[in-house]
Amino acid sequence: MILSGSQILIETLLEQGTDTVFGYPGGTVLNIYDELYKSSDRIKHIISAHEQGAVHAADGYARASGKVGVVIATSGPGATNLVTGIANAYLDSTPIVAITGNVGRSLIGRDSFQEVDIKGITMPITKHNFQVRSTEELADTVRKAFKIARSGRPGPVLIDIPKDIQIATTEYTPASPLPSDKAPYAYETDIAAAAKMIAEAKKPYVYCGGGIINAAAGPEIVALADAIDAPIGFSMMGLSAVPTTHPRALGMVGMHGHYAATKAMYESDLILALGIRFSDRATGDKKRFATGAKIIHIDIDNAELNKNITCHLGINADVKETVSRILECIAPTPHPEWAEQVASFRKYEEENLYLGKGDLTPYQIIDAVMERTEPEMPIATDVGQHQMWAAQRCKLEAPRTFVSSGGLGTMGYGMGAAIGACVATGKRTVLFTGDGSFGMNLNEMATAVSQNLPLVVMLMNNGVLGMVRQWQTLFFGQRYSQTTLDRKTDFVALAKAFGADGYPVTNKEELTAALDKAFAADGPVLLDCRIDQDEMVMPMIPPNGSITDILVNLKN
Amino acid sequence: MKKYVIGMLANNEAGVLNRITGLFGRRGFNIVSITAGETEDPKLSRLTVTFTGDEYARDQAIRQAAKCVDVEYIKELPIEKSITRELVMLKVATDDADMRKDVMDAIAAFKAKQIDYSSRAVVVELTGESAKIDSFIELMKPYGILELCRTGTVAMDRGTTCLKNS
Repeated sequence: MILSGSQILIETLLEQGTDTVFGYPGGTVLNIYDELYKSSDRIKHIISAHEQGAVHAADGYARASGKVGVVIATSGPGATNLVTGIANAYLDSTPIVAITGNVGRSLIGRDSFQEVDIKGITMPITKHNFQVRSTEELADTVRKAFKIARSGRPGPVLIDIPKDIQIATTEYTPASPLPSDKAPYAYETDIAAAAKMIAEAKKPYVYCGGGIINAAAGPEIVALADAIDAPIGFSMMGLSAVPTTHPRALGMVGMHGHYAATKAMYESDLILALGIRFSDRATGDKKRFATGAKIIHIDIDNAELNKNITCHLGINADVKETVSRILECIAPTPHPEWAEQVASFRKYEEENLYLGKGDLTPYQIIDAVMERTEPEMPIATDVGQHQMWAAQRCKLEAPRTFVSSGGLGTMGYGMGAAIGACVATGKRTVLFTGDGSFGMNLNEMATAVSQNLPLVVMLMNNGVLGMVRQWQTLFFGQRYSQTTLDRKTDFVALAKAFGADGYPVTNKEELTAALDKAFAADGPVLLDCRIDQDEMVMPMIPPNGSITDILVNLKN
Repeated sequence: MKKYVIGMLANNEAGVLNRITGLFGRRGFNIVSITAGETEDPKLSRLTVTFTGDEYARDQAIRQAAKCVDVEYIKELPIEKSITRELVMLKVATDDADMRKDVMDAIAAFKAKQIDYSSRAVVVELTGESAKIDSFIELMKPYGILELCRTGTVAMDRGTTCLKNS
């Protein structure tokens, strides 16, 4: 049938199973929005307060659901407002398709009104990007974009569609989604080599990254850890791949990771690094990283092998299938001495746990939320101290329940991401944020209110940029350059101004009362939780440090 | 630091060269030369990237470029085992008869070609491996090189091996 470019876009989005898109209208996407209006019974559009909120929402939607998130923005500033969100999705391997309008083909290259070379701008931060050159190629471009976004290591793809292509008509033939690229299959010899290394290991360690969530390989990872009697550590992106309450789970490793998780990794003699990229925040000084351990690195992205850490055996393959194959080649082997050693690291961690100061501590706030946690409830975070506390302390029982900006560390990610996760799952969603991060994109409270989303915003308000302040305390002689905000913002009044509920929280009693109300509400609620400005995230391995530099507790 | 040559067959589309140079640039790999041109199949263009770096850079450059959606085939073409060629056009001043004779002798010795001739300058075309081009340029320097342009290296496998089927 003969359809316009805009109609073809809607039809191809529907082909891909897209039922929800996030975005913001504008001059060069008017035709697309006109079709969205006509197709509102088939595809739901959620308008954000700012395009950055929309792209973070698409990202949060993708992380929470495993589906491809979609965001639409107009040309020029609409497109550039997506850039941070696209980079965020790129660094955390989130599948999103970003659709931008552009000026008509005859106006391209003439610095026309709201024209920007968004394809050029986003080249380094997308898996791939397209500028559609004719209405005839639009449908296949959208199909290809979705395939690229979800294949292998997922990531963002951008499609720039000039306005005249949205208007022009052509023949449209429906098609089903293209199959994802087949994952590489590990060589038999590599499986055998891995089995041999595992058999020789006395102190194996399973290190689990975001790739485990993408591969849905949690059960295989647990089976592997059980078979070889190994503890499980996580990168921040790997959190929730296996329940963090699992007896083998030691929690997050790295700069602000759990002591036992990091210590056991350094003391191990074999690290099974699965779906991981060895970020500097996880490894610290790479020269001093786990020098006594051999490393088996399994990743679907061949370029990750030997990029940050040189491994002894690198396997470019799907982690779920590969771990299953390895399991068939190994005999279950207990390592009681190693288990005992790991238990002693845990004991040390418990005995030296830094619990915070003041009338209301971050862990008390998180624990109180955890007492009310609902099954598969997504927890989103912004970036900073509150994020690390949440990563350390949240009990995450199901995959895709922790939605947090890892690689890019995007302050302002949280509101959009929480909205996306909430829309994707239809479940009450908790956002842990700080007054710094929240200040960046708090306008999205308007979106949460108009969508009436059951969103619980746990604002850890210390009046300072806490993480930067922590570094200034430890490494910059307590010179608090530009981190004491002194803003006098009344966040409770602000929440109410947006049409949400808000409660001040200064102690445990107020926390309990406010959470009771928040978890009974249908719409968004903000809890302005006042915490001490000198609160710190412990433990901490200073940048470019190693386990020997770890600050476990402020006492030492 | 070593010199490496990578051959690629990539979609013959706008922006592909941008993607490749961008990828090398942002990861800190130093491109010596890059050549691109359409192949017998108009859908594909062939790129040859010559760059300097260590083993790590070589490994990463190939793996990262292989991920590029537009790159269909990619492999290293080790300089010592492959056929590599470069072309230079070099304009040299020949102010007097002696100089001109010296330049003509050099052209003969290098099996170069004189492709333009005027009263005070000649333009020389020379094809060969980069090292040969380098030494010819060195030889011409004292005479006064007015300008030169090099194409950058192109490379392919010896024998029947091709990028497409290796």
